[in-house]
Amino acid sequence: MTPVEIRAAIIDILETIAPDEDLSNLDDAKEFRDQMELDSMDFLDIVMELRKRYRVQVPEEDYENLVSMASTVSYLEPKMADIPAE
Amino acid sequence: MYDSIIIGAGMSGLAAGIRAAYYDQKVCVLERHYTIGGLNSFYRLRGRNYDVGLHAVTNFTPPGAKKGPFARLLRQLRMKWDDFGLSPQLMSSISFPGIELQFDNNIDLLRSEVAREFPTQIDNFDRLIESLVDYDDLEQKHFETSTRERLEELLSDPLLIEMILCPIMWYGNPRERDMDWGQFCIMFRSLFLEGFARPFDGVRLILKKLVRKFRDLGGELKLRTGVSKIKVENGRAIGVVLDSGEELTGSNILSSAGAVETFKLCETNQDVHAHTTGQLSFVEAISTLDKYPRELGHDKTIVFFNDSDKFHWERPLDDYCDVRTGVVCTPNNYCYDEKDGDLPDGIMRVTALADYERWRELDKDCYQREKDKWFEQVQASATRFVPDYRPHVIDTDMFTPHTIHRFTWHENGAVYGATRKWLDGTTAIKNLFLCGTDQGFVGIIGSIVSGISMANQHLLARS
Repeated sequence: MTPVEIRAAIIDILETIAPDEDLSNLDDAKEFRDQMELDSMDFLDIVMELRKRYRVQVPEEDYENLVSMASTVSYLEPKMADIPAE
Repeated sequence: MYDSIIIGAGMSGLAAGIRAAYYDQKVCVLERHYTIGGLNSFYRLRGRNYDVGLHAVTNFTPPGAKKGPFARLLRQLRMKWDDFGLSPQLMSSISFPGIELQFDNNIDLLRSEVAREFPTQIDNFDRLIESLVDYDDLEQKHFETSTRERLEELLSDPLLIEMILCPIMWYGNPRERDMDWGQFCIMFRSLFLEGFARPFDGVRLILKKLVRKFRDLGGELKLRTGVSKIKVENGRAIGVVLDSGEELTGSNILSSAGAVETFKLCETNQDVHAHTTGQLSFVEAISTLDKYPRELGHDKTIVFFNDSDKFHWERPLDDYCDVRTGVVCTPNNYCYDEKDGDLPDGIMRVTALADYERWRELDKDCYQREKDKWFEQVQASATRFVPDYRPHVIDTDMFTPHTIHRFTWHENGAVYGATRKWLDGTTAIKNLFLCGTDQGFVGIIGSIVSGISMANQHLLARS
């Protein structure tokens, strides 16, 4: 997957977890938690959805990489490079 | 071999099952009863639908709310607000002799009532609200703090303290007399800062939605399938033995049967008596009326009554029931959708404290006689605080602590479970975890959140 495709995949996960959030104005550089009502359980769900959908494992010590869209995409880029886009 | 075996198909077990199944686990939910629901079940009798447990779904927040347990559980279960079909309450009250505090789903009403009846206490009341601990900030120490002591520091009018404790203890305090502060904070939020609601079709609507979701995700629900033993080897739970003798193995076991009830299932020499089981159980006198309660001048959703200035929250010491305090629930009095109209009948449900031991010892004839007697007494007590509906009763039913025990297997018929809680859900046995009432959350939303969070922490995080 390319970074653009990874971003789309994350948006899809966020829409599943928080269907009421408007994600069209999401600022990739800003932290998710400053733009959305996500609690710790929801963050865990991002990790688990990645595992469910793409078999990508994110170890607990790497959770800090998932704070914003930009950091999430760059963290996942090497892990998801070989995954074909849907 | 299951990834997860869940004991009990109540709100918490089903919610935990949904989480496990959603993340592709092979999971089964085992239920001894022939129907789902546990402490929040439902039945049909002489052509009428009844709810068990549910008076009101607490923790109600309106559509679009993003904070609070209800919003959280919708996200976690991937469900929509509409799935719960909740209609908010009209208005409820705390009624003591000569004084009443009304409240609804907006805290402003209760504040103005406190300001009117207790003008010297309104600033203290505001301070109380400010000092409530938020759900996510609750720690063990909050569950070791006395609520009565905290309230005496915050409020200087003893009557106001009793009036606030009455509904909060009624809707979720497993301990006699006092309550731990953590539980008080949870309950205050869920009752007064969030609110009451009910699905038009009752609790069965929520349960059926949960079961459908669970099954659609590939989960297995086995009714009439009691667990007689949890198999433990070298400190690890490896599976369960069913009442039929059949054995199931699983990587993790999550039990909503109650803490002591679960420990008794284990093949170990754990000292189960070291844990205090709850002592508080209830009777409920349910009346079907030939009129709607509002036609009799009763427009409240829930009335928490107490017939003196002191609220006694304890197991009846020398009788079958204690009717000095009680709760009157009128399922008709919710803001239902116009398309639904009103329920088919007027219904008044009155709950009072009862002693499990006394009810348990009765033979069949005596049991029926005491039921008839206490039905009258419970109604007589309640009608001091609500219009006398007794001439309009066309059908009745009653549950006792014995009924609760018979269908839920909870020790002592204790609806709110053990007096201490297992907040992290862990037990002395690896791979065996607790959810539901004894984990620490009560009420419908609370139980569901319990199932979700225990599944997240113990069934999913470790896989």
